[in-house]
Amino acid sequence: MLKIRGLMRPGLEAADLDVAAGECVAVSGPSGAGKSLLLRAIVDLDPNQGDVAIDGMKRDAMPAPEWRRRVVYVPAEAGWWAERVGEHFPDPAIAAPLMTRLGLPAAALEWEVARLSTGEKQRLALARALVMSPRALLLDEPTSGLDPETAMTVESMLHERVADGIAILIVTHDAKQAERLAKRRFRMAKGKLSPAGGGGGP
Amino acid sequence: MSVVPLSYVDIGLAAVLLFMNAALSLALRLGLARRLLVAGARMVVQLTLIGLVLKALFEFASPTFTALAALIMVLFAGREAMARQERRFTGFWTYGIGTGSMMAAGIIVTVFGLTTQISPDPWYDPRYAIPVLGMILGNTMNGVSLGLDRLVSGAVVQRAAIEAQLMLGATATQAMRGVTRESMRAGLIPTINGMAAAGLVSLPGMMTGQILAGVEPVEAVKYQILIMFLIGGGTGLGLLAAVLLGARRLTDSRHRLRLDRLGAKADS
Repeated sequence: MLKIRGLMRPGLEAADLDVAAGECVAVSGPSGAGKSLLLRAIVDLDPNQGDVAIDGMKRDAMPAPEWRRRVVYVPAEAGWWAERVGEHFPDPAIAAPLMTRLGLPAAALEWEVARLSTGEKQRLALARALVMSPRALLLDEPTSGLDPETAMTVESMLHERVADGIAILIVTHDAKQAERLAKRRFRMAKGKLSPAGGGGGP
Repeated sequence: MSVVPLSYVDIGLAAVLLFMNAALSLALRLGLARRLLVAGARMVVQLTLIGLVLKALFEFASPTFTALAALIMVLFAGREAMARQERRFTGFWTYGIGTGSMMAAGIIVTVFGLTTQISPDPWYDPRYAIPVLGMILGNTMNGVSLGLDRLVSGAVVQRAAIEAQLMLGATATQAMRGVTRESMRAGLIPTINGMAAAGLVSLPGMMTGQILAGVEPVEAVKYQILIMFLIGGGTGLGLLAAVLLGARRLTDSRHRLRLDRLGAKADS
Protein backbone atom coordinates (compact mmCIF):
# COMPACT_ATOMS: atom_id res chain seq x y z
CA MET A 1 0.00 0.00 0.00
CA LEU A 2 0.90 3.63 -0.48
CA LYS A 3 1.60 5.51 2.72
CA ILE A 4 2.16 9.27 2.80
CA ARG A 5 3.15 11.21 5.91
CA GLY A 6 3.81 14.93 6.18
CA LEU A 7 4.43 15.35 2.48
CA MET A 8 4.98 19.00 1.67
CA ARG A 9 6.52 21.46 -0.72
CA PRO A 10 5.88 25.12 -1.51
CA GLY A 11 2.19 25.35 -2.42
CA LEU A 12 1.33 22.14 -0.58
CA GLU A 13 0.65 21.84 3.13
CA ALA A 14 1.80 18.72 4.95
CA ALA A 15 -0.41 15.90 3.64
CA ASP A 16 -1.12 12.50 5.21
CA LEU A 17 -2.79 9.84 3.14
CA ASP A 18 -3.00 6.06 2.89
CA VAL A 19 -4.16 4.15 -0.13
CA ALA A 20 -4.50 0.45 0.53
CA ALA A 21 -3.72 -2.24 -1.99
CA GLY A 22 -6.89 -2.78 -4.00
CA GLU A 23 -8.27 0.61 -3.08
CA CYS A 24 -9.07 3.68 -5.15
CA VAL A 25 -9.00 7.10 -3.50
CA ALA A 26 -10.24 10.24 -5.27
CA VAL A 27 -9.09 13.82 -4.83
CA SER A 28 -11.03 16.78 -6.18
CA GLY A 29 -10.75 20.52 -5.85
CA PRO A 30 -10.55 23.71 -7.89
CA SER A 31 -7.84 24.32 -10.46
CA GLY A 32 -4.63 25.53 -8.91
CA ALA A 33 -5.48 24.02 -5.52
CA GLY A 34 -2.37 21.86 -5.59
CA LYS A 35 -3.73 18.50 -6.77
CA SER A 36 -1.06 18.02 -9.41
CA LEU A 37 1.59 19.31 -7.00
CA LEU A 38 0.59 16.54 -4.61
CA LEU A 39 0.93 13.86 -7.29
CA ARG A 40 4.25 15.29 -8.50
CA ALA A 41 5.55 15.38 -4.94
CA ILE A 42 4.59 11.75 -4.35
CA VAL A 43 6.69 10.60 -7.32
CA ASP A 44 9.47 13.01 -6.29
CA LEU A 45 9.48 15.13 -9.44
CA ASP A 46 10.02 18.33 -7.44
CA PRO A 47 12.01 18.89 -4.27
CA ASN A 48 9.77 18.03 -1.31
CA GLN A 49 9.82 16.84 2.29
CA GLY A 50 8.01 14.05 4.01
CA ASP A 51 7.88 10.27 4.19
CA VAL A 52 6.38 8.17 1.46
CA ALA A 53 6.46 4.39 1.30
CA ILE A 54 5.05 1.64 -0.89
CA ASP A 55 4.53 -1.86 0.55
CA GLY A 56 6.59 -0.81 3.55
CA MET A 57 9.55 0.29 1.44
CA LYS A 58 10.56 3.89 1.95
CA ARG A 59 10.92 6.13 -1.07
CA ASP A 60 14.12 7.73 0.10
CA ALA A 61 15.75 4.35 0.57
CA MET A 62 15.57 3.50 -3.12
CA PRO A 63 16.80 5.29 -6.25
CA ALA A 64 14.13 7.59 -7.67
CA PRO A 65 13.75 5.66 -10.98
CA GLU A 66 12.97 2.48 -9.05
CA TRP A 67 10.38 4.33 -6.97
CA ARG A 68 8.76 5.74 -10.10
CA ARG A 69 8.45 2.27 -11.62
CA ARG A 70 6.47 1.16 -8.56
CA VAL A 71 4.42 4.33 -8.19
CA VAL A 72 3.56 5.58 -11.66
CA TYR A 73 2.15 9.03 -12.24
CA VAL A 74 0.09 9.76 -15.36
CA PRO A 75 -0.27 13.55 -15.71
CA ALA A 76 -3.27 15.20 -17.34
CA GLU A 77 -1.16 16.07 -20.35
CA ALA A 78 1.49 13.43 -20.82
CA GLY A 79 4.73 14.13 -22.62
CA TRP A 80 6.02 12.23 -25.66
CA TRP A 81 9.67 11.91 -26.52
CA ALA A 82 9.67 9.99 -29.82
CA GLU A 83 7.89 10.34 -33.14
CA ARG A 84 5.91 7.11 -33.15
CA VAL A 85 3.59 5.76 -30.48
CA GLY A 86 5.29 2.36 -30.35
CA GLU A 87 8.65 3.86 -29.42
CA HIS A 88 7.18 4.86 -26.07
CA PHE A 89 6.59 1.26 -25.07
CA PRO A 90 9.46 -0.94 -23.90
CA ASP A 91 7.80 -3.97 -25.52
CA PRO A 92 5.05 -3.14 -28.05
CA ALA A 93 3.92 -6.79 -28.08
CA ILE A 94 2.81 -6.56 -24.45
CA ALA A 95 1.05 -3.27 -25.14
CA ALA A 96 -1.14 -4.56 -27.99
CA PRO A 97 -3.86 -6.33 -25.91
CA LEU A 98 -4.01 -3.37 -23.57
CA MET A 99 -4.61 -1.05 -26.49
CA THR A 100 -7.55 -3.10 -27.69
CA ARG A 101 -8.93 -3.07 -24.17
CA LEU A 102 -8.78 0.74 -24.17
CA GLY A 103 -10.64 0.94 -27.46
CA LEU A 104 -7.61 1.64 -29.61
CA PRO A 105 -6.58 -0.45 -32.63
CA ALA A 106 -3.34 -2.38 -32.22
CA ALA A 107 -2.12 -0.47 -35.28
CA ALA A 108 -2.08 2.64 -33.09
CA LEU A 109 1.46 1.64 -32.16
CA GLU A 110 2.51 2.69 -35.66
CA TRP A 111 0.83 6.08 -35.45
CA GLU A 112 2.67 9.37 -35.29
CA VAL A 113 2.34 11.08 -31.93
CA ALA A 114 1.83 14.46 -33.60
CA ARG A 115 -1.44 13.25 -35.13
CA LEU A 116 -3.02 11.85 -31.98
CA SER A 117 -6.17 13.40 -30.53
CA THR A 118 -6.33 14.41 -26.88
CA GLY A 119 -8.38 11.35 -26.01
CA GLU A 120 -6.01 9.01 -27.82
CA LYS A 121 -3.06 10.55 -26.05
CA GLN A 122 -4.75 10.10 -22.69
CA ARG A 123 -5.48 6.43 -23.26
CA LEU A 124 -2.02 5.76 -24.66
CA ALA A 125 -0.41 7.48 -21.68
CA LEU A 126 -2.46 5.24 -19.43
CA ALA A 127 -1.44 2.14 -21.41
CA ARG A 128 2.19 3.24 -21.25
CA ALA A 129 1.91 3.44 -17.46
CA LEU A 130 0.04 0.14 -17.08
CA VAL A 131 2.63 -1.92 -18.95
CA MET A 132 5.03 -0.97 -16.15
CA SER A 133 2.86 -3.12 -13.80
CA PRO A 134 3.00 -0.49 -11.06
CA ARG A 135 2.00 -1.12 -7.44
CA ALA A 136 0.31 2.28 -7.29
CA LEU A 137 -1.10 4.47 -10.02
CA LEU A 138 -1.52 8.23 -9.68
CA LEU A 139 -3.97 9.51 -12.28
CA ASP A 140 -4.59 13.17 -13.07
CA GLU A 141 -7.92 13.62 -14.88
CA PRO A 142 -7.53 10.39 -16.88
CA THR A 143 -10.81 10.68 -18.77
CA SER A 144 -11.20 14.46 -19.24
CA GLY A 145 -10.73 14.24 -23.01
CA LEU A 146 -12.89 11.15 -23.57
CA ASP A 147 -16.48 10.70 -24.65
CA PRO A 148 -18.72 9.15 -21.93
CA GLU A 149 -18.65 5.70 -23.50
CA THR A 150 -14.86 5.51 -23.76
CA ALA A 151 -14.57 7.00 -20.29
CA MET A 152 -16.62 4.07 -18.99
CA THR A 153 -14.31 1.63 -20.77
CA VAL A 154 -11.35 3.22 -19.04
CA GLU A 155 -13.13 3.19 -15.70
CA SER A 156 -14.03 -0.48 -15.94
CA MET A 157 -10.42 -1.27 -16.71
CA LEU A 158 -9.30 0.75 -13.67
CA HIS A 159 -11.81 -1.25 -11.61
CA GLU A 160 -10.17 -4.46 -12.79
CA ARG A 161 -6.73 -3.23 -11.84
CA VAL A 162 -7.95 -2.25 -8.40
CA ALA A 163 -9.49 -5.69 -8.01
CA ASP A 164 -6.10 -7.12 -8.95
CA GLY A 165 -4.68 -5.29 -5.94
CA ILE A 166 -3.06 -2.10 -7.14
CA ALA A 167 -3.61 1.19 -5.33
CA ILE A 168 -5.05 4.08 -7.32
CA LEU A 169 -5.05 7.75 -6.38
CA ILE A 170 -7.18 9.63 -8.87
CA VAL A 171 -7.61 13.37 -9.32
CA THR A 172 -10.92 14.14 -10.98
CA HIS A 173 -13.29 17.06 -11.45
CA ASP A 174 -16.10 14.65 -12.15
CA ALA A 175 -17.96 14.05 -8.86
CA LYS A 176 -19.89 11.12 -10.34
CA GLN A 177 -16.70 9.48 -11.50
CA ALA A 178 -15.20 9.95 -8.03
CA GLU A 179 -18.28 8.26 -6.53
CA ARG A 180 -18.18 5.38 -9.00
CA LEU A 181 -14.50 4.68 -8.54
CA ALA A 182 -13.60 5.60 -4.99
CA LYS A 183 -15.06 4.81 -1.58
CA ARG A 184 -12.90 7.41 0.11
CA ARG A 185 -12.74 10.92 -1.29
CA PHE A 186 -10.62 13.92 -0.43
CA ARG A 187 -10.75 17.57 -1.22
CA MET A 188 -7.81 19.81 -2.01
CA ALA A 189 -8.16 23.54 -1.39
CA LYS A 190 -5.34 26.08 -1.27
CA GLY A 191 -2.75 23.35 -0.92
CA LYS A 192 -4.53 21.62 1.96
CA LEU A 193 -5.83 18.08 1.68
CA SER A 194 -8.89 17.17 3.75
CA PRO A 195 -11.49 14.34 3.74
CA ALA A 196 -14.65 15.04 1.78
CA GLY A 197 -18.12 13.51 1.53
CA GLY A 198 -18.51 9.98 2.79
CA GLY A 199 -14.80 9.62 3.34
CA GLY A 200 -12.82 8.84 6.43
CA GLY A 201 -9.45 10.27 7.36
CA PRO A 202 -6.18 8.62 6.49
CA MET B 1 60.22 35.82 -45.56
CA SER B 2 59.27 39.20 -46.93
CA VAL B 3 56.65 41.30 -45.24
CA VAL B 4 55.69 44.50 -47.00
CA PRO B 5 55.68 46.97 -44.08
CA LEU B 6 52.70 49.29 -43.77
CA SER B 7 53.07 52.99 -43.06
CA TYR B 8 50.50 55.00 -41.07
CA VAL B 9 49.59 56.72 -44.33
CA ASP B 10 48.64 53.33 -45.78
CA ILE B 11 46.34 52.67 -42.85
CA GLY B 12 44.85 56.14 -43.05
CA LEU B 13 44.14 55.56 -46.71
CA ALA B 14 42.26 52.33 -45.90
CA ALA B 15 40.33 54.18 -43.18
CA VAL B 16 38.92 56.43 -45.89
CA LEU B 17 36.66 53.49 -46.77
CA LEU B 18 35.13 53.58 -43.30
CA PHE B 19 34.49 57.32 -43.61
CA MET B 20 32.92 56.60 -46.97
CA ASN B 21 30.53 54.17 -45.27
CA ALA B 22 29.73 56.78 -42.67
CA ALA B 23 29.00 59.33 -45.41
CA LEU B 24 26.79 56.80 -47.14
CA SER B 25 24.90 56.24 -43.91
CA LEU B 26 24.35 59.98 -43.52
CA ALA B 27 23.22 60.35 -47.10
CA LEU B 28 20.79 57.44 -46.86
CA ARG B 29 19.80 58.26 -43.26
CA LEU B 30 20.68 54.77 -42.02
CA GLY B 31 21.51 56.22 -38.61
CA LEU B 32 24.65 54.13 -38.47
CA ALA B 33 27.33 56.78 -38.99
CA ARG B 34 28.07 57.28 -35.33
CA ARG B 35 28.09 53.56 -34.54
CA LEU B 36 30.32 52.86 -37.53
CA LEU B 37 32.87 55.43 -36.44
CA VAL B 38 32.79 54.36 -32.78
CA ALA B 39 33.22 50.72 -33.74
CA GLY B 40 36.07 51.62 -36.06
CA ALA B 41 37.78 53.67 -33.36
CA ARG B 42 37.31 50.86 -30.81
CA MET B 43 38.85 48.40 -33.20
CA VAL B 44 41.91 50.63 -33.72
CA VAL B 45 42.41 51.20 -29.99
CA GLN B 46 41.83 47.55 -28.99
CA LEU B 47 44.15 46.16 -31.63
CA THR B 48 46.86 48.74 -30.91
CA LEU B 49 46.77 47.88 -27.23
CA ILE B 50 46.85 44.15 -27.99
CA GLY B 51 49.81 44.76 -30.29
CA LEU B 52 51.67 46.45 -27.45
CA VAL B 53 50.71 43.71 -24.98
CA LEU B 54 51.83 40.98 -27.37
CA LYS B 55 55.09 42.84 -28.06
CA ALA B 56 55.82 42.97 -24.34
CA LEU B 57 54.78 39.34 -23.83
CA PHE B 58 57.03 38.13 -26.63
CA GLU B 59 59.98 40.12 -25.29
CA PHE B 60 59.64 38.72 -21.78
CA ALA B 61 58.79 35.20 -22.93
CA SER B 62 58.03 34.48 -19.29
CA PRO B 63 55.90 31.44 -18.42
CA THR B 64 54.14 33.41 -15.67
CA PHE B 65 53.06 36.27 -17.92
CA THR B 66 52.09 33.89 -20.70
CA ALA B 67 49.93 31.89 -18.29
CA LEU B 68 48.39 35.09 -16.99
CA ALA B 69 47.55 36.25 -20.50
CA ALA B 70 46.04 32.82 -21.24
CA LEU B 71 43.92 33.02 -18.09
CA ILE B 72 42.60 36.45 -19.02
CA MET B 73 41.72 35.16 -22.49
CA VAL B 74 39.82 32.24 -20.98
CA LEU B 75 37.90 34.53 -18.62
CA PHE B 76 36.90 36.82 -21.48
CA ALA B 77 35.81 33.83 -23.54
CA GLY B 78 33.73 32.62 -20.57
CA ARG B 79 32.07 35.99 -20.23
CA GLU B 80 31.31 36.12 -23.94
CA ALA B 81 29.87 32.59 -23.96
CA MET B 82 27.66 33.50 -21.01
CA ALA B 83 26.48 36.72 -22.62
CA ARG B 84 25.19 34.73 -25.57
CA GLN B 85 22.88 32.54 -23.46
CA GLU B 86 19.23 33.41 -23.57
CA ARG B 87 18.53 31.64 -20.28
CA ARG B 88 21.32 31.14 -17.80
CA PHE B 89 22.06 28.95 -14.84
CA THR B 90 21.77 30.70 -11.49
CA GLY B 91 24.66 31.50 -9.19
CA PHE B 92 28.21 30.43 -9.81
CA TRP B 93 27.11 28.12 -12.61
CA THR B 94 26.11 31.02 -14.87
CA TYR B 95 29.74 31.61 -15.56
CA GLY B 96 31.32 28.45 -14.20
CA ILE B 97 30.11 25.80 -16.64
CA GLY B 98 31.18 27.50 -19.87
CA THR B 99 34.39 28.97 -18.48
CA GLY B 100 35.48 25.78 -16.75
CA SER B 101 34.88 23.65 -19.84
CA MET B 102 36.67 26.09 -22.13
CA MET B 103 39.60 26.41 -19.77
CA ALA B 104 40.05 22.66 -19.55
CA ALA B 105 39.62 22.05 -23.29
CA GLY B 106 41.69 25.07 -24.36
CA ILE B 107 44.60 24.23 -22.10
CA ILE B 108 44.66 20.50 -22.88
CA VAL B 109 44.54 20.98 -26.64
CA THR B 110 46.95 23.95 -26.73
CA VAL B 111 49.53 22.19 -24.59
CA PHE B 112 49.13 19.02 -26.67
CA GLY B 113 49.67 20.99 -29.89
CA LEU B 114 52.61 22.95 -28.54
CA THR B 115 54.49 20.14 -26.90
CA THR B 116 54.11 17.44 -29.52
CA GLN B 117 53.48 19.08 -32.90
CA ILE B 118 54.51 22.72 -33.18
CA SER B 119 57.31 22.27 -30.60
CA PRO B 120 58.71 25.79 -30.26
CA ASP B 121 61.58 26.27 -27.82
CA PRO B 122 60.59 26.73 -25.02
CA TRP B 123 57.23 25.08 -25.65
CA TYR B 124 55.33 27.89 -23.93
CA ASP B 125 56.92 30.52 -26.20
CA PRO B 126 54.12 33.13 -26.20
CA ARG B 127 54.67 33.86 -29.91
CA TYR B 128 53.12 30.44 -30.55
CA ALA B 129 51.15 29.75 -27.39
CA ILE B 130 49.01 32.90 -27.38
CA PRO B 131 47.83 32.84 -31.02
CA VAL B 132 47.20 29.08 -30.94
CA LEU B 133 45.23 29.33 -27.70
CA GLY B 134 43.35 32.29 -29.15
CA MET B 135 42.25 30.37 -32.21
CA ILE B 136 41.25 27.32 -30.20
CA LEU B 137 39.38 29.38 -27.60
CA GLY B 138 37.55 31.47 -30.18
CA ASN B 139 36.13 28.39 -31.84
CA THR B 140 35.54 26.45 -28.63
CA MET B 141 33.63 29.44 -27.32
CA ASN B 142 31.32 29.31 -30.33
CA GLY B 143 30.68 25.62 -29.86
CA VAL B 144 30.20 25.84 -26.11
CA SER B 145 27.81 28.76 -26.24
CA LEU B 146 25.74 27.17 -29.00
CA GLY B 147 25.67 23.85 -27.18
CA LEU B 148 24.72 25.31 -23.80
CA ASP B 149 22.07 27.51 -25.34
CA ARG B 150 20.51 24.53 -27.08
CA LEU B 151 20.73 22.43 -23.92
CA VAL B 152 18.92 24.94 -21.76
CA SER B 153 16.27 25.89 -24.31
CA GLY B 154 15.81 22.20 -25.15
CA ALA B 155 15.25 21.29 -21.51
CA VAL B 156 12.70 24.09 -21.12
CA VAL B 157 10.81 23.35 -24.33
CA GLN B 158 10.93 19.57 -23.96
CA ARG B 159 10.15 19.55 -20.28
CA ALA B 160 7.04 17.39 -20.70
CA ALA B 161 8.94 14.83 -22.79
CA ILE B 162 11.83 14.67 -20.32
CA GLU B 163 9.59 14.36 -17.30
CA ALA B 164 7.43 11.75 -19.05
CA GLN B 165 10.51 9.55 -19.26
CA LEU B 166 11.42 10.22 -15.63
CA MET B 167 7.87 9.30 -14.59
CA LEU B 168 8.28 5.93 -16.25
CA GLY B 169 11.45 5.17 -14.37
CA ALA B 170 14.14 6.54 -16.68
CA THR B 171 17.31 7.90 -15.06
CA ALA B 172 18.12 11.57 -15.46
CA THR B 173 20.85 10.69 -17.96
CA GLN B 174 18.46 8.61 -20.07
CA ALA B 175 15.75 11.25 -19.96
CA MET B 176 18.18 14.01 -20.96
CA ARG B 177 19.79 11.98 -23.73
CA GLY B 178 17.74 13.46 -26.57
CA VAL B 179 18.44 17.05 -25.53
CA THR B 180 22.09 16.31 -24.79
CA ARG B 181 22.57 14.82 -28.23
CA GLU B 182 20.89 17.78 -29.96
CA SER B 183 23.10 20.19 -28.02
CA MET B 184 26.26 18.35 -29.03
CA ARG B 185 25.18 18.43 -32.65
CA ALA B 186 24.36 22.12 -32.53
CA GLY B 187 27.75 22.90 -31.02
CA LEU B 188 29.75 20.83 -33.49
CA ILE B 189 28.07 21.96 -36.71
CA PRO B 190 30.08 25.22 -37.09
CA THR B 191 33.32 23.23 -36.81
CA ILE B 192 32.17 20.75 -39.42
CA ASN B 193 31.02 23.54 -41.72
CA GLY B 194 34.29 25.39 -41.19
CA MET B 195 36.30 22.35 -42.22
CA ALA B 196 34.06 21.55 -45.17
CA ALA B 197 34.14 25.09 -46.54
CA ALA B 198 37.85 25.69 -45.88
CA GLY B 199 39.67 26.65 -49.07
CA LEU B 200 36.57 26.61 -51.24
CA VAL B 201 34.34 29.27 -49.76
CA SER B 202 36.84 31.03 -47.56
CA LEU B 203 40.57 31.12 -47.12
CA PRO B 204 41.14 30.65 -43.38
CA GLY B 205 42.49 33.77 -41.69
CA MET B 206 45.65 32.29 -40.29
CA MET B 207 46.68 30.78 -43.59
CA THR B 208 46.01 34.05 -45.39
CA GLY B 209 48.05 35.86 -42.78
CA GLN B 210 51.00 33.52 -43.17
CA ILE B 211 50.88 33.79 -46.95
CA LEU B 212 50.86 37.60 -46.72
CA ALA B 213 53.84 37.31 -44.39
CA GLY B 214 55.75 35.46 -47.11
CA VAL B 215 55.33 31.85 -46.00
CA GLU B 216 55.19 29.24 -48.77
CA PRO B 217 51.50 28.38 -49.42
CA VAL B 218 52.14 24.67 -48.84
CA GLU B 219 53.71 25.38 -45.43
CA ALA B 220 50.87 27.77 -44.57
CA VAL B 221 48.35 25.09 -45.53
CA LYS B 222 50.05 22.53 -43.30
CA TYR B 223 49.81 24.93 -40.38
CA GLN B 224 46.19 25.62 -41.15
CA ILE B 225 45.34 21.93 -41.25
CA LEU B 226 47.06 21.36 -37.94
CA ILE B 227 45.17 24.26 -36.38
CA MET B 228 41.86 23.01 -37.79
CA PHE B 229 42.42 19.67 -36.08
CA LEU B 230 43.34 21.37 -32.82
CA ILE B 231 40.23 23.56 -33.11
CA GLY B 232 38.09 20.50 -33.77
CA GLY B 233 39.54 18.75 -30.74
CA GLY B 234 39.14 21.78 -28.49
CA THR B 235 35.56 22.38 -29.57
CA GLY B 236 34.63 18.73 -29.12
CA LEU B 237 36.19 18.47 -25.66
CA GLY B 238 34.87 21.82 -24.42
CA LEU B 239 31.42 21.14 -25.77
CA LEU B 240 31.25 17.67 -24.27
CA ALA B 241 32.33 18.97 -20.86
CA ALA B 242 29.95 21.94 -20.96
CA VAL B 243 26.92 19.94 -22.13
CA LEU B 244 27.48 17.11 -19.65
CA LEU B 245 28.05 19.54 -16.77
CA GLY B 246 25.01 21.53 -17.85
CA ALA B 247 22.83 18.42 -18.10
CA ARG B 248 24.01 17.38 -14.64
CA ARG B 249 23.18 20.78 -13.24
CA LEU B 250 19.71 20.62 -14.82
CA THR B 251 18.96 17.40 -12.96
CA ASP B 252 19.65 16.20 -9.45
CA SER B 253 20.52 13.08 -7.50
CA ARG B 254 16.81 12.16 -7.18
CA HIS B 255 16.55 12.24 -10.98
CA ARG B 256 14.40 15.35 -11.18
CA LEU B 257 14.45 17.98 -13.90
CA ARG B 258 15.50 21.17 -12.11
CA LEU B 259 14.46 24.08 -14.29
CA ASP B 260 14.30 26.12 -11.08
CA ARG B 261 18.07 26.31 -11.37
CA LEU B 262 17.72 28.56 -14.39
CA GLY B 263 17.33 32.31 -14.18
CA ALA B 264 14.65 34.34 -15.93
CA LYS B 265 14.86 34.84 -19.65
CA ALA B 266 17.48 37.46 -20.49
CA ASP B 267 16.64 40.33 -22.82
CA SER B 268 18.14 39.80 -26.21
